[in-house]
Order: sequence, then C-alpha cells, then structure tokens
Amino acid sequence: MLESVSQTLILGVLVGALYALVALGLSLVFGVTKFLNVAHGELLMFGGYASFWVFSLLGLDPFLTIPTTLIGLTLIGAILYQLVFVRMVKLPEEAKIKNTLLVGFGLSVILQNLALRFWSADDRGITASYSSMAFTVLGVRLPLVRLASLLTALVFLLALHLFLRKTYTGKAIRATVQDWEAATLMGIDIHRVYFLAFVLGAALAGVAGTLVAVNYSIEPSMGLNWTLKALIVMVLGGLGSITGTLVGGLLLGLTESITSLLLSSNYREVVGLVLFVLILIFRPQGLFGTKEG
Amino acid sequence: MLSLQGIDASYQDIQALWGVSMEIQEGELVALIGPNGAGKTTTLRVISGLLKPSGGAVRFLSHDLHREPAHRIVALGISQVPESGRVFTGMSVLENLELGAFISSARRERSATLKWVFGIFPRLEERAGQMAGTLSGGERQMLAIGRALMAKPKLLMLDEPSFGLAPILVDQTFEMVAKINQQGVTVLLVEQNIRAALEMATRAYLLENGRIVGQGSGKELLSFESVRSAYLA
Repeated sequence: MLESVSQTLILGVLVGALYALVALGLSLVFGVTKFLNVAHGELLMFGGYASFWVFSLLGLDPFLTIPTTLIGLTLIGAILYQLVFVRMVKLPEEAKIKNTLLVGFGLSVILQNLALRFWSADDRGITASYSSMAFTVLGVRLPLVRLASLLTALVFLLALHLFLRKTYTGKAIRATVQDWEAATLMGIDIHRVYFLAFVLGAALAGVAGTLVAVNYSIEPSMGLNWTLKALIVMVLGGLGSITGTLVGGLLLGLTESITSLLLSSNYREVVGLVLFVLILIFRPQGLFGTKEG
Repeated sequence: MLSLQGIDASYQDIQALWGVSMEIQEGELVALIGPNGAGKTTTLRVISGLLKPSGGAVRFLSHDLHREPAHRIVALGISQVPESGRVFTGMSVLENLELGAFISSARRERSATLKWVFGIFPRLEERAGQMAGTLSGGERQMLAIGRALMAKPKLLMLDEPSFGLAPILVDQTFEMVAKINQQGVTVLLVEQNIRAALEMATRAYLLENGRIVGQGSGKELLSFESVRSAYLA
C-alpha cells in the first residue's frame, strides 16, 4: 500500500512537470499579449510530429530532436503571428481575448486538418531504445524516459525564468506586461515584444509536444485535450509567474494521479476540470496569482 | 529644437487639441500651464508619439515626429515622465533604471549615466535593490525622473511631477528639475503648481480648452491679469 501511494505521488510529480511545460507557452503569450491562443494544443501537436519526423527519418535520440522542433515551431509561430495575430494587437484587452479565442478555435480546426493530410489519423509515438529502462528506488519504479522528461521540463522552465529575470530583452518583456505605455516611453517596441513572446510560446509548445510524443502518443485531434490541461494549469498557478505555473502543473499532476488511485482512472480527466471550475468561482486570480509579474 | 505647428488631436470623437503651436529652444525650461482638462497631458502624448495628431506637424531637430512610432521618438532624444510616474512596481529600483537606458545609444553609456543619476538622486542608490512598489510617493517620482534621464534625453518632458507630494517634497522636486535643466537638458514642464512653475520657467504657454491662449516669459505670464485671477488668487 505504502509503495503504491509513493509510486502514485512520484508519477504525479513526473506528469505534473510535463503539464507545467505544456502551460508555460500559453501562459507567457497570454501574460504578455492578452492573446488567448486556444490553438496552443495544435502547436504542441505539430511539435510532436516534428520530433516524430526527425526521429524516424534520421534515427536521432528522441531528446536530440528538440533543437529542430524548436526551430520548426519558431517558424510556424512567426508565420501564424504575422498572418493572423498581428491584426489583433491594437484591439482593447477584452476584444483581444474574445477575438483571439475565436481565431484560435478556427486555427485549431485548420491545423488539425493539415495534420490529417500530412500524417493521417493514426496514433504515432516515439519509442526510445531505452524506453523500458527504469530505476527502482525503495520499491518505487522511476522510468528513465519520464525522468529525462522531468529534467527537460525543468530546464526549460528555469531557462525562461532566467531569460525574463536576467536579460535586457526579458526585462523589457516584464516591463511591457506591467505597463505597456510606460514601456513604450522607455523606447521599447512593444510590437516586437509581442512577436517575441508569441514565437517563444510556440517554441515552448513544440518542446512540450516532443515530451508528449515520447511519453504518450500523438494524433491530429489531440490538441484540445492539451489546451485544456494548459488552461487548467494557468488558472491554478495564476498568470505571470513561472513558479506558479510549475506549482499549478504539479498540483494537476498529483490531483490526477491521486484520483486514479482512490477512485478510478476514468475520473482522472474530469477532476482537473472540476478543479478548474472551483478555482474560477472561488479564487479567479489563481492560487498564487497576483496582479504584478 | 522642438516645434508644434497647428496640432489637432482627438480621443475617438472628442477633439482635445485645436491648432496648438509651440516652440522650444535648446536649453530652455518651458512651462505648459492651464486648468484640468485643458489638454496639457494630451500635448505631451502627441510629442512622445503615444497619441498621433489628426492634423498639424511636430518637428524635432529636423525629424517629423508625427510620422515616427513612439519607441523611435525616445531614441531621437525625447523622454517623458508620465503623470504619477508609472514606475514598474514589480521590479527593483535598479531594474527600472536599467530599462530607462533601453535604447541602444543609452545602453552603451549605462554605467556612467547611472552614476550621474545617483549623483542627482542619492536616495535611489540607497534603495537600488528595493522593489519600486515599496517606495514612498516622493521616491517614486525621483525614480520616474531618474529612469527618464537614463535615456540621456535632449528634451525631458515632465507631467505634473509635484502632483500628490508633500509641500516640502514639492520644493525639492522643483529644485531637482532646475538642476537638471542647468546641466544642459531642455525641459518641458506641465504643472498645476503654477506660481512655482512660472517663477522657474524661461518661457511658458497657457493652454485652455485645447487652445494656446497665452505665451511669454514666465514673469510675463505671472503678471497676466487672466492668469492672476484664475490661478494665483
């Protein structure tokens, strides 16, 4: 019993870190631009396929496909921004959220159909040569692929954190979040900040897609499920805080794994949505959310 | 150095400025005074590019500012301290100052400029690591001015720097502004504290209902009957 409890908790943490990475891009984009890009899950799906491609064509280690996926999704993000999202930059905040929600929904349908054409509806997965390897510590099984995914997620969370804290560009992004007009008066071109945040968000969705392809599987209609996970984590963690995103991801991962232990894995997906609704009713700024970044 | 020629400006359907013309020569301290809602802040927003005029022209050292985006105008040498400072409260004092030197020309001289700003506002050096949101009102105003100076502007525009400050801080703020001007920075000062502003200014403009209704040296405007009865009585 004790072992299955600790196994459950460990699995919750491993999955939770992945959820945090899934939400990171969406949260960054929403925090900076107030674009609610519900096609985030489709960007993640494209990231998964990008890695799958490189993995099966070149036979690279799954985790070494990350650089090409980052480049690919950066390009896709840049194209989507210039074609579509740039037109919504000047709208007032509320109209921005509503319009990007609608546009993102349309985009997700288009991207899904593109994926169907390119890769068919089959489930694909990336199976590393070491995918069955695991460490056993005090009776708890720690699969190697999961551990590597945890490490990858943490590296990207930390990298974004340091980028926003330590670099000039990162500080310009934070300044824009706090007061875009004052940021403009510093000589910051907020259109470039928006573009950068959006493209970074797409690249982060891409890496998350790689990890999903390695740990689960990918198929063209997977996006919505992951957009929902990202939204739940974003609401749990509050906006504008990377620590909040990490904690939100871990909370969701743990809640899901504890639910499947205590009730049944059938309820796993539901419990996140229940949590989502409860938070929105009782603490709409998120568990750790503040108004300032 | 700066000239506004017949500027019209509107917020949606409401016209806020009607044919406003002004001149500022290098080294001057020009005050822009007038009652609430006269269009003083709007004038500053037009110069800094946050609001594009619907008519007229803004020229600054041979550049047509009304055609430039706001972030480029900072790089051309104009910094604005917005009303109530608008410092980045979630960032440290030092980070605020660093962001003031965001434009590439200022970034190269950042450490020298920082010394200069700390020389003018020693309090900011003491508080360098502190979050800007924890500063007092007077300190925030200092930070807002210091942040604008970090861009090494040729023209500094201040929007009511004394607003909401205790009387002793108001005097200090005006001394600071005079000192900055003496160090070679041209200043455009918008103020509610009209007597102090006019006593300090080389020249001044009086704005009412979106139109310039008086101009002259600070002393001349102080003696205007309309100014005396409306603002100094």
